[in-house]
Amino acid sequence: MIYTIALAALAAIWFASWKMGQGQARGIIAGGQRMHSLPSHYGAYTAILAVVPAVLALLIWSIFQPLIIDGMIVSSLPPERQALDDLFLNALINDIRNMAAGNPVRDASDPVIIAAAAELSGWQTTANFMLLALLGGLAVIGLFISRGQVVPEMRARNRVERFVMVLLILSSTIAVITTVGIVMSLLYESIEFFRRVPFYEFLFGLHWSPQTALRADQVGGSGSFGAIPIFMGTLLISTIALCIAAPVGLFSAIYMAEFSSPRARSIIKPLLEILAGVPTVVYGFFAALLVAPLLRDGGAQLGIGIDSESALAAGLVMGVMIIPFVSSLSDDVITAVPRSLREGSYGLGATRAETIRLVIVPAALPGIVGALLLAASRAIGETMIVVMAAGLTANLTANPFEAVTTVTVQIVTLLTGDQEFDTAKTLSAFALGLLLFVVTLALNVMALRIVRKYREKYD
Amino acid sequence: MTDAPMNGQPGEVRRGLSRTDTMETVRKGLRRRYAAERRFKWYGRIAIAIALGFLVVLVGSILFRGASVITQTHILLSVELPMDAFSVDGEVTDESLQRADFGGIVKQALRDRFPDVSKRRDRRTLYQLISTGATYELRDHVVADPSLIGQTIDIWLTASDDIDMLDKGYIDRNVDSTGRRVSDQQIAWYDALIADGRLERHFNTTFFTSGDSREPEQAGIWGAALGSFYTLMVTLLLAFPLGVTTAVYLEEFAPKNKWTDLIEVNINNLAAVPSIIFGLLGLAVFLNVIGLPRSAPLAGGVVLALMTLPTIIIAGRAALKAVPPSIREAALGVGASRLQTVTHHVLPLAMPGMLTGSIIGMAQALGETAPLLMIGMVAFIVDLPGGPLDPATVLPVQVYIWADSPERAFVERTSAGIIVLLLFLVVMNLSAVMLRKRFERRW
Repeated sequence: MIYTIALAALAAIWFASWKMGQGQARGIIAGGQRMHSLPSHYGAYTAILAVVPAVLALLIWSIFQPLIIDGMIVSSLPPERQALDDLFLNALINDIRNMAAGNPVRDASDPVIIAAAAELSGWQTTANFMLLALLGGLAVIGLFISRGQVVPEMRARNRVERFVMVLLILSSTIAVITTVGIVMSLLYESIEFFRRVPFYEFLFGLHWSPQTALRADQVGGSGSFGAIPIFMGTLLISTIALCIAAPVGLFSAIYMAEFSSPRARSIIKPLLEILAGVPTVVYGFFAALLVAPLLRDGGAQLGIGIDSESALAAGLVMGVMIIPFVSSLSDDVITAVPRSLREGSYGLGATRAETIRLVIVPAALPGIVGALLLAASRAIGETMIVVMAAGLTANLTANPFEAVTTVTVQIVTLLTGDQEFDTAKTLSAFALGLLLFVVTLALNVMALRIVRKYREKYD
Repeated sequence: MTDAPMNGQPGEVRRGLSRTDTMETVRKGLRRRYAAERRFKWYGRIAIAIALGFLVVLVGSILFRGASVITQTHILLSVELPMDAFSVDGEVTDESLQRADFGGIVKQALRDRFPDVSKRRDRRTLYQLISTGATYELRDHVVADPSLIGQTIDIWLTASDDIDMLDKGYIDRNVDSTGRRVSDQQIAWYDALIADGRLERHFNTTFFTSGDSREPEQAGIWGAALGSFYTLMVTLLLAFPLGVTTAVYLEEFAPKNKWTDLIEVNINNLAAVPSIIFGLLGLAVFLNVIGLPRSAPLAGGVVLALMTLPTIIIAGRAALKAVPPSIREAALGVGASRLQTVTHHVLPLAMPGMLTGSIIGMAQALGETAPLLMIGMVAFIVDLPGGPLDPATVLPVQVYIWADSPERAFVERTSAGIIVLLLFLVVMNLSAVMLRKRFERRW
């Protein structure tokens, strides 16, 4: 709440100081002097000086203020409450906070909580006033400094542009920061995990059952973290998906690029791309509700036992989902094959099909392989279809009619619901995530490199 | 093929073949090769037919299952509202109204309608005709107009999900009664109600105005739609400015060096990172380290913003690239600074393309489920969220939650939820296409 007020106040200061600086510059110009920059540059300069330090202060404040107030609450508590261990202490602080905010509290009659809540709201009011005073003070100081700087010689435009440039550069680093954040968070939790479970056991173990005992006397809850069955499941489902998507996608691409009229192509291509735009949860529902029962009943008629959560159902639907990834990219690389190759082949008397088979596909092969690799990386990282249509228990098999589980399914099942961040069970999800990240990254880098090489060849 | 000689002079015929034999071989081969050509063409047609066929079956089956959610079965009951049920010491106050046993009154009305039901077990099956939410409907009706107390009123109350499914034809009454959710008795009552004209389907306002519920007939999509709205707002507010500034920097200002290369490689790779990894990032960093509230659209929006950022940046760069250099040169030539050139001339020209890319990115974010499961947006939330800090769920996650529920009526809700989600996606993508068409410039 206080932050909304602070932000609104800063926005008001921004506009007011802009107008002030601009007005000052206009005044100087009206006095007959020539300024280095336009009046609006002086306005922007004034606004930056007034608001940016205050914004930084607000940021720092929002990080440290809760910590300091928590410390003050704890030190105000009676000594026997301070001696509680962290878990209870945090619960107590939460209660106090809720009480102060007027939310329902578990134990509203506890005098310690009531007293502390009263004190807390007092402190918070003080803190809020302090914050507003701080922001206001910084704004006044900024305005004061800029007042003396709006003079004809000051190069306001250059300074403002330098500031904007810094903003642009900062925002472009977000992508790098995100990657670093992903790698760091995955690595940090994975290292925690590998402290509990040996690395080789995770990579090469044949048994996966992450349930760990909550109490020491529970039976069979030791938890074992051999991820081979999960990898095999992922591989099985992705392979089935590629077996669908590769021929269908490739033949569609060839047809669109070589046989169809431009008009038909302009209709078919977006239609195929709708397949990639349908949310994956829809595919998951489709697989679980329609495809899996259909396969199960069909299998029963033929005398084959097909599980209702079979790898086949999930793989089939996933294959449909990745068709456009194959077809779009292959279409691009096939149309990029130079005309001269085609015409040379026609000139020798080859039919169109022969040209495609013997000239175009071999020429476009690297690009097609790249497309398939990208599709494979999609399939491996796909989550919702397998969560809804594949199995939950790890099962080491290559039989597509049985239920298998995948890396993404395990991550979801391990991390939805209650989590304890100090058990191997929860941490194992991050180890799986790290592995998934590394594998998909490798596939992507490889695919992009192949495609780029191929482009260079014909450019 | 014409009859013109192909192999030159007759004397040159090799391997002991006569000229007509050669022609025969070629002709035969040609037939085979043309057949191969036709086959090849058909492979392509079949592949496209398979892909599009799947699309049709997918959308068709969901439309088919979900369309019936438009209506909801209601039952007309004559409810007696005796004075003493609502009053304490002969006086009706707000408190006594709230405390009145509306559930009991509804049950009494059902017993009055079917007076020959006397066994306890049968009565319990009788009560199951009406939704548990009917109690609150009656309460709201009476609280809104307390003058009804003391009269007998006719009121349409929501039927239970099983009756609704029976009425919509999803439950086959010819199946043996052990195999279906509605007992023979209930079917008899249902038929009696129909014969009286006391059972009708009305427009299903509940579905479009309320939040989630464990009871299918009371579950609605509005809570999830609001959650999606708040989440996408957060995503848009973060991703659009960041995406545009990054694209401008990389395309217009960045020097060609190792650092810029690194940023570019990073963006391309981020675009292909599985979405669930972003969920792990959100869980480990935004929830555990920074301490954003769990299940809140704020955290979800931040995660989705990071996910859609590459899409927006890549689209933005393409849009900037499409602005011809002559525009920049003209602006620089009349004395604009580089930043002025970009903000006054290049950016306005590139904006339609950037907006198109952002809308497509937002559509992706709207359909995303997996990362949101990681940060707790999969919770069962009945209340409508009032802002980006309240616990909420989003449309695709709501679909996932309903798809997991066993009741038959939830299949209809799930399909209907998907239809709503797809409608939003279609609208967003169409507006992107229109925007592109409307502002497309050929230089």
